[in-house]
Order: sequence, then structure tokens, then C-alpha cells
Amino acid sequence: MPIILPAKGGKGAETVESIHPWLFEVRSRPLRPRLPYRSSLSLSLQLLLMEKGKGVMGSRKWAVDFTDNSSTPSTRDIPDPPGFTRASLDQDDSSLSRQKKDAESNWKSQKAWEVAQAPFKNLMMMGFMMWMAGSTVHLFSIGITFSALWQPLSALQGVGKVFEPYKDNKVDLLAPKLLYIALNLGGMLLGVWKLNTLGLLPTHASDWVSSLPPAHEVEFSGGGVALH
Amino acid sequence: MGSDGKKREGKTDQPSLEFSDPPPPFSLLIAMAMAIKLSLILLFFSSSLIPTFSLFEDQVGLMDWHQRYIGKVKHAVFHTQKAGWKRVVVSTEENVIASLDLRRGEIFWRHVLGANDVVDKIDIALGKYVITLSSEGSILRAWNLPDGQMVWESFLSGSMSSKALLTVPANLKVDLDSPIFVYSGACIHAISSIDGEYLWKKDFASEGSVDVHQLILPGGSDVVHAVGVTDSSQFDTYEIHVKNGGLLKHTSASFPGGIYGEILPISGDRFVVLDASRSVLVLITIENGQIHLEQTHISDLIHGSSGNTVILPSKLSGIFSLRTDNGIVFIKVTGEGKLNVMERVDKTVVISDALPHSEGEQAFALVQHGDGKIELSVRLVHDMSSNHLKETVKMDHERGFVHKIFINNYVRTDRSHGFRALIVMEDHSLLLLQQGEIVWTRDDGLASVIDVATSELPVEKIGVSVAKVEHSLFEWLKGHILKLKGTLMLATPDEVAAIQKIRLQSSEKSKMTRDHNGFRRLLILLTRAGKLYALHTGDGRIVWSTLLQSLRTTSQQCAGLKLHQWQVPHHHALDNNPSVLVVGRCGLSLSSPSALSIVDAYTGKELQNMGPVQHSTVQVISLPFRDSSEQQLHLLIDADKRAHLYPTTPEAANIFQRESENVYWYSVESEAGILRGYGVKKSHSSDTPPSEYCFETRNLWSVVFPSESEKIIATVTRKPNEVVHTQAKMIADEDVMYKYISKNMLFVATVSPKASGPIGSATPDESVLVVYLVDTVTGRILHRMTHLGSQGPVHAVLSENWVVYHYFNLRAHRYEMSVLEIYDQSRAENKDVLKLIVGKHNLTTPVSSYSRPEVTTKSQSYFFTHSVKAISVTSTAKGITSKHLLIGTIGDQVLALDKRFVDPRRSLNPTQAEKEEGLLPLTDALPIIPQSYVTHSFKVEGLRGIETVPAKLESTSLVFAYGVDLFYTRIAPSRTYDSLTEDFNYALLLLTILALVVAIFVTWVLSERKDLQDKWR
Repeated sequence: MPIILPAKGGKGAETVESIHPWLFEVRSRPLRPRLPYRSSLSLSLQLLLMEKGKGVMGSRKWAVDFTDNSSTPSTRDIPDPPGFTRASLDQDDSSLSRQKKDAESNWKSQKAWEVAQAPFKNLMMMGFMMWMAGSTVHLFSIGITFSALWQPLSALQGVGKVFEPYKDNKVDLLAPKLLYIALNLGGMLLGVWKLNTLGLLPTHASDWVSSLPPAHEVEFSGGGVALH
Repeated sequence: MGSDGKKREGKTDQPSLEFSDPPPPFSLLIAMAMAIKLSLILLFFSSSLIPTFSLFEDQVGLMDWHQRYIGKVKHAVFHTQKAGWKRVVVSTEENVIASLDLRRGEIFWRHVLGANDVVDKIDIALGKYVITLSSEGSILRAWNLPDGQMVWESFLSGSMSSKALLTVPANLKVDLDSPIFVYSGACIHAISSIDGEYLWKKDFASEGSVDVHQLILPGGSDVVHAVGVTDSSQFDTYEIHVKNGGLLKHTSASFPGGIYGEILPISGDRFVVLDASRSVLVLITIENGQIHLEQTHISDLIHGSSGNTVILPSKLSGIFSLRTDNGIVFIKVTGEGKLNVMERVDKTVVISDALPHSEGEQAFALVQHGDGKIELSVRLVHDMSSNHLKETVKMDHERGFVHKIFINNYVRTDRSHGFRALIVMEDHSLLLLQQGEIVWTRDDGLASVIDVATSELPVEKIGVSVAKVEHSLFEWLKGHILKLKGTLMLATPDEVAAIQKIRLQSSEKSKMTRDHNGFRRLLILLTRAGKLYALHTGDGRIVWSTLLQSLRTTSQQCAGLKLHQWQVPHHHALDNNPSVLVVGRCGLSLSSPSALSIVDAYTGKELQNMGPVQHSTVQVISLPFRDSSEQQLHLLIDADKRAHLYPTTPEAANIFQRESENVYWYSVESEAGILRGYGVKKSHSSDTPPSEYCFETRNLWSVVFPSESEKIIATVTRKPNEVVHTQAKMIADEDVMYKYISKNMLFVATVSPKASGPIGSATPDESVLVVYLVDTVTGRILHRMTHLGSQGPVHAVLSENWVVYHYFNLRAHRYEMSVLEIYDQSRAENKDVLKLIVGKHNLTTPVSSYSRPEVTTKSQSYFFTHSVKAISVTSTAKGITSKHLLIGTIGDQVLALDKRFVDPRRSLNPTQAEKEEGLLPLTDALPIIPQSYVTHSFKVEGLRGIETVPAKLESTSLVFAYGVDLFYTRIAPSRTYDSLTEDFNYALLLLTILALVVAIFVTWVLSERKDLQDKWR
């Protein structure tokens, strides 16, 4: 589940706040003051998450459904008031509510597709960051790479939650989910590829023999020039 | 020194990021990434620079120490008259001339002459110059007495080699000049003592083959008397005029019996000498230009003496001393030429020269050795019956007997005469005795270290008292508060001094217990005097010293040869102390019996004294096997090529029997130019089984170098205790090369016989240097390389899979250093990742030299400015840290050179990948960076060896350089990446953490409050 930003201070102030502790980590690992983010690795993550959060939840904050969908009056103790026929109300509202429901499901599926495509932007951003980070191993490139690996992973873990708001009987969420998963997997692959270009994957012979101790020698020989 | 290094560090560590105005997020992102990238590149560059050992002025003495010695004193001349500083000038067997403070024994000044410049005689001329005669009498030098500056130097050329004699007349004036008379090279030279100018020379080669024994100037005369022997059967005296060297008179008398030893002067016209049979004393009297010889049988004087008689060289006027088997006898020569036995004393008595005392009296001192004390008595020559002065001084047993004594007198405040005596002990230490007390002591035996071993210190006992902990905690806090003040520039000058004192004398570093980092050790030093010293690495103090009894038991000349680790308890036998094995030899030839002793490394007690044992010892091989009590198995090879196993226990014999088929040994016969390899015979030969710990060996292979073209000048092997971390070497592009790592590799350097002399003795066309890498199990020559036009001396070091050697290139007229790296080709195919992952490779299978692995070598040469005395390499606990070569330069300093400079893969234009790997571009000469002298401002005079010992901390290596001086330090070739530096400020760290914790709480409270407000909104 992506975290929603608490509206706190200006954006500039936040970014500076998140940079400084990170720089501090180079030396020692002091206790961090409350950071807005778990990873705190890069600014990008924060910004991207912020955008996504807006995209998903921004349009409506809460809703109370006053329509009573229960059709059996027997469940209630109080009888319907005179002149009120439940059937006619249903019939009256049915066309209106169907329309409304269709619109909602349309809107839901549209939003679901939007959400499913969101990782693509993410992917592009990640690619750019990786290109910026270069191919030498240092803190920045490692941070970028690990966030590139971690982000799809956490996103994949929360697939169900991301698509929960759009859950509907009429909406087919499988296709957006698959796209979402595929894009995240793509992001992960990108991270792995970056890891390899950094030389952090044991794909070379040198990675497997670098700590092999010298082989034991069967024979022993000693001696030298006569002592004087 | 080194201030620039610190500045550089300070600048690159903290990239400054300051944003005056918050830019939009995206551009900020890029800007930040760029800034970080830039700063990281900077950081990367600064870390890829060659690390140097530069240190700050106030860091000197923190982890290093330097001790100055002079060696065993040969001659001493006192200078006490009308001088502000009472001093004694000495010359030693390490060819050192030094002026010592008589009050404290400190060195005023000191000069170490070269190894070939042996000091023959010293004296003081004109009351202000120290005159030294050295190099068999061919160099005469004058040094200014107060400060030791050289005033003049004269080279004396002679026609043939002879004794070297020096006479500095006290009150002789010749034309406002005071000449010095030197006999050397069969000539008498007269030299002006003012400027060293040549006055005249009298050549004795034309006078027949006369061998002058004494050169004397009878007081007041202007004639030099030279007394000598021709063909050991004729006495000759020459009288030579001091002004022009004209021969005034020559008298001779034949003595068919022949003589033994030296002619000793008794008085101006009397001399005494032993005949060839050492049973007759010959008194020579010169009277009216005639020589009278008078013979006296020693048996007439002393009853029951046998042949081993020697006239002692102590010059006592009117008296001489004779050492026989039974003791020392003083014999007085009366005016009529009669010999009277005055007194007999013990054999161990040591006698000084006579010293002019009051009113024509002469005094001399003799020292008698008692139990735990020595007796010094001063006697007057004319009154031998009673002691003029007698003092008893307590003496440490570990100093042995007195070897030499020099006396000097002084006038006390009550105008009576007092005497001070400088004595040289058996362990080469120097002591000054005055008024029955030892005024000062110098342990000058440490100037002649033969071999070095190290030992761990005992583990700290648990159960330290609470009060002590509290006290130390308090001290610790106080120290750090002071340090914090220092870093914040708040400290007063007094406090700064206190900080420096705390740093230098921290009790931590000189504790007698093992430390976590392995910096505190005992350095065990075997000296030429046969004494074993243990020095603490923290401050260099002597923890214990032992005069080895195994080297003193016999009358023969015993000398220590080698020091080996005998027992290093690590896992088992932990209640045993570690111990070392000392191997010595009693006698001069290779087949002399050997003396062995095992010494406890904590206490210096001789645990086992196995000397002298029956067999001789030519080589000592420390086998890589241990018995259950963690005693290292040793093979001692005798002159008959038999191997003797130690320790002589059945268990050790069992272990050895089990492993013996894989044990080999080799010998390098430099003179014959042969390398021979041997194996141990499994069964004893039936005819002579001396004992079950003695094994016959058989010759397996020989490598014979052609004697007309090659002569072995240097051999080097790997250090047996060297640890290698990995067999693979990563090179650019993730490629891998497999090192050929074998402990059985021998580096041999040979030169053409013509070029084996000093540099310049052979033309470039005649001199060829050939280097070999030989496998000592099979005798296989792994690699051979020829350097045309080059010659020795060769200094080399072999470590892991590489050799670095230093030699002289005659064509380029420069010293060169070459590196040779050897790689295993038979393993090179192991590059398939999948196979490596599943473990299908032959990299961990044991290797045998008989499998004849394919090898390839890489080599490169560079010019090097210095000539070299010793080369060594750093060693670390796990062998992960990169290595530095430690080069003992001709200036007696130790230079650290990064191994990366001597990498045969260096090229003129390295590729990007190679640059990333850290490969340096090729240069023709190796750089000498002044900051990388590990000895910084000190000199290790007479440098002979550099020993490195790994600390427990992987980054650090302990370095001990020895010569006449001792120097110890520890170095971190890749900096101390695994520990905080000494001057790390814990107080500052604590304060920072505290501040951060407070900040966390404050922000937490604030944010809680804000959250609440938000909820109410």
C-alpha cells in the first residue's frame, strides 16, 4: 500500500530534510529523525509515490452509500409506510442506478488501467536515474539500483491492495493486474541488469575463485645455504 | 611533513551541498545527482592515490621507537682534563667511533664507519682531535672532539700489508707542529696533527721483510723507536729522526728459536716476548746500541705450567702479566734484568693498562669475578703488595664475565685521587664504575643482532579490581575530554603538552599482556655475544635478557646461529609458555658440534640446555608439523648430510615417520655452484643407526652451474610463515589469472665470475646476471632469465608468486629493480562460471611438484636510484592487504614502496579497465616519495635486516629494522581500513550521538503535537 503524504511544510523543506540524513549515513549510522519514507534512499521514490497516491485516491476521499439495496421487507420490523411499494421504487431507480453503476464501473476499469500503467512512468524515471548514476560502484548507484529492485518488489506484494478500490463484479481486473505485474517485473529486470553492469552479480569466474585459498602442497622442502 | 596529506583528506571528505533557494524537484534531483557523482569521483581519485606513511610531527614516537647503540667497545680514551663535559671516546667492533657522556652514558656524537672500514686504533691529539686509524692502517682521520665533525682525512699508501700502529706523542713539537706517527703498509708515516698533511714517510720494505711490533717515543727524545721482527728469527730496532724520517741507527740480533705473539714493551729500552714453543720468555734489552737477549724458562718462574702461555697485552711499566693454564702471573723486571714473580691471580682476572698517577706513580686496575659481584682493585705499579683501592660491585649474572677494563682517575674535592673504570662485559654491555657503584649501563650487545623472532604476550588475567577499572575509566574520560579540547582549539599550552604526554606514554601500549589488535609483542633478539634479549614492541624496553649457558659451557668459541619458534601454544597446551629454539655452534668449522637450547619466551629461562650435542648443524629446517603439545618439529642437518629430528620424543618420531616421504631438503653450495636436493630415507641404514631420531638422506637431484660462467651470489625463498589469501589474481575485465604459489620455490641469482667483484671491476660485456626460479622438490628450473651487462650485489625478496630483485646495470650505469611474477598455466582453463558454481574444478585439489604444472612468467625492470642494503616485504595476518616492499637504503633508512609500482602488467597507456583496476602507467624509474620513508627522520645505522611480523589486525604489519641501531614501527599498507585511528575522538562521537538522541526526542514531541493539531482541525 503506498503511503499518503501527510501535508507537512513545503516540498523544498522536505527534500532537504531527506538529503541530509542520507549524506550522514556515509560516516556512521546515526538515529534518523522521523523521515517521511521508509527507504529514504532517493528523492525520486518519494516524488513518484506522491504522484501515484494522488492518481489513485485523489478524486474522492470518502463516500457513504445511502441506497438501500435490501429487497426483502421481512428483514425489517417496521412495515413499509402506506402507499409505498418497494417494487415501484426499484423499478424507478433501476434505470438510473444502472446508469450510475455502469459509469462507476467504467470509471473503475479506466482507473485500474491507469494504475496498471503507472509503473511505466516509474520505469522510465528509473532508467534515467540509472543512466545518471553511471557504472561505477558507489553509494549513489547502489542506492538507485536497490531502490529499482525494491520498488517493484513491494509493488508486487501489494498488487491486491492497489486494485482493491476498483474491485467490482463487472470490472475485469485481470488484464490491468497482469500489465501491472509485467511492468513491475520489467522494472525489476532493469534493476538486475543494472546490478550486473555494476559488477555486483557473481556472473564471472573471478567472483567464484577470488577467495579460494591456495591449494595444499603435498611436498615440503626446506634448507638453503649452510649457516655461518 | 605530511601536512598536505591531512589537508587533502579534509577537503574531499565532505562535499558541500548548499541550496539557497529550493529548486523544483526534478532539476534538484539532477543537480544533486551530479554533485554527488562529482564528489564521489573526487573521493575515488583521492583514495586511489598511493597511500604514504607521512605522519605529523607530534605522531613521532606514538607507535615507533628508535634505539641507538655502538657495539662492543675495543678501545677507549678518556678526555676528562679541563673539559666542561667529561667524556670518553670509544671505538667498537661494529666500526663505530663515539663520544660518550661520562655522567650518564649518553652518546654525544657517533660515526658508523663502513663494514670494511675496521677501526684499528684511536687516540686524542692536541686535546681537541680524536684520531682514528682504520682500514688496516690506510685511512687516518681526525674528528673534532666536542661535536664529532671530521677535521681532516689522510690516505696512507703502503707497499705491503702489515700491522697498523698509531703513536700520538703527548708533548712533541717539530717546527710548531705536532706530528703523529703511523706504522702501516710496512711504512712509518709522520702526519701533521693540525691539518693531516704528510710530513715524511719511511719505507721498511727496502729494509727486508721486517714486521714492526711497537712504535715508541721515549719521553723527551726526538727519535722514534721501531721494534720489530724479521722472519720471526731476528729482532730489529730502528731509530728514526722525527724531523725528516732519516734512519739514525739500526741494530739487530738474531734469535733462532722464533717468537710467538707480540713484542711487549716493558720500559723505554726493554721488551719481552715469548719464543715459538711458548715456554721461554725472552727479555730484550737495548743498551748502547746493542741488543741483549736474555732467556728465561717459564717453568723456572712458575711451577707446573704447560704450553698455553700468553703474554697479556696490558702495558704496565716495569711489569708484565702472563696468562698460563692455572692463572695470571705478574712478573716484575728489575733494573738488572731479572724476572721476579710478583703475584698470581685467578685466570678470569682482567687487567687494564697502566695509568700515570701522581708523581711518576703508575696505577692499574684489575677486576676479579665473584659470585654475583665483581671486585675492582686499583694497584700502584711500584707497590704491588697492597691494593690502592678496592671496591666490590654487585653485578647481574646475565652479564657474564668482564672482558675489558679501562681506567681513568680524577681528583676528588678533598684532593685525593679517585678512579673510575669503564668495563666491557661478556654480553658486550658497557658499564661505568665509580665509588663502588655502577653509574650507568649500556646494553650495546643489541648492536649486533643476528636473528629475530617474535612471541605473543600472556593473555590478560580476568578479575581486575573494580577500583582499577573505575580509575582507568576516569583516566580514559579525562584523556578524551582533553583531546576534545585539543580538537576544538580550546586547550591551553599546558594542556596541549599534557595531551602529547598522554599519547606518548599511554600505559596501554607498554602493558605486559596480549592486546586485541596484536600490536603488543615480544621481540626476541639473538646477539653475537650469545645473549638473548626480549624487547617489548610498545616502548622498546628490555623485558628480560639471558646469557645462554649452552653457548658458554665449553672453552671453545661458541656462537649463536639461528633462532626458531619452538612452541607456540594456541589451541592445546595453553598453560605452557611459548618458547624459542636457539641453535649455536661451538667452533669455527662447519663440522663443529652444535649447541641447542630452548628458552621460555615469557621469562627468558632456559628450559632445556642441549649443548653441546654430538652432531654438527649446517642447516635448521622448521617442519610444518606439530606434536600434541604444539612443539614444532625441526630437522637439523649435519655436515655429513644426516637429518636429526627434534624434539626427540617418540611422538615426534611417529609424526615424522608418517610424513617423511614428502619431506625434502636442499642445499646451496655457493662456492661449488651446485644446488642439491635430498630426500629422507625411510629406513635406517643398517651399519650406523646412531639413534632413532637420526635419519639418513639420499641425493635426489643436482643443479650444477658451470663454474666458468656462473657463480651463485644470492638465493631467496619465501618466508615459511607467510599467509596467502587467494590463488587467483583479478585483472581487468573481470578476468582471472592463477598464481603459481609454492613454498618450495627458490630464487637463485648468478653472475659471471669476473663480475662477482665490486662494481667497475668488469666491463659490461663480461658481466652477465642470470636469475632462476627453481623448484626445490624436483630440482626443476621453472624459469630462467638473463640480464646482459648487469652485475651484483643482488638483493631479492620472494613473496606469494613474485620476486623483486635489485642489481646494477653496467650499461645504464644505474641500479635496477626487476619483478618476476609466475602464474600457473595448468589452472588457467578454470573460467567456466557454471562449473565453478557446481564445484567442478581442480583448484582445491592438493598439488604435487611432480605433476610438473605449466607456468608462465611476466617480468619488468625499472631504474631505482638507491643502492640497497636489504629488501623485505610487509606481511599481514590473512594476506588480504596489499603489500609494500620495504627497502633498506644505503642511507640506512627504510623506504616503503607500493608493490603496485613493481607490477609487470604496467604499460605505457593502460586501458580504461586497467586504470580502474589500479594499474599505474609505466615509468622507467621507480619513484621515491619522501613521505614514504617509514623510518622518517631516523637512521638505522649499519642496517642489516628488516623483519616484518603480521599483527592480528589485518591491515597492519609490524616492522623491525636492525643494525647498529634498532627501529620498530607498524605500518598499514592500505591504511587502517579496519580500525579507527589513534586520534579518533570518542568524546566527540559520544557528544554527537547524545545531541542526535536529544534532537530525536524534540522532533518526536513536536511532530506528535502537530499531528494532534491536525486532527483537531
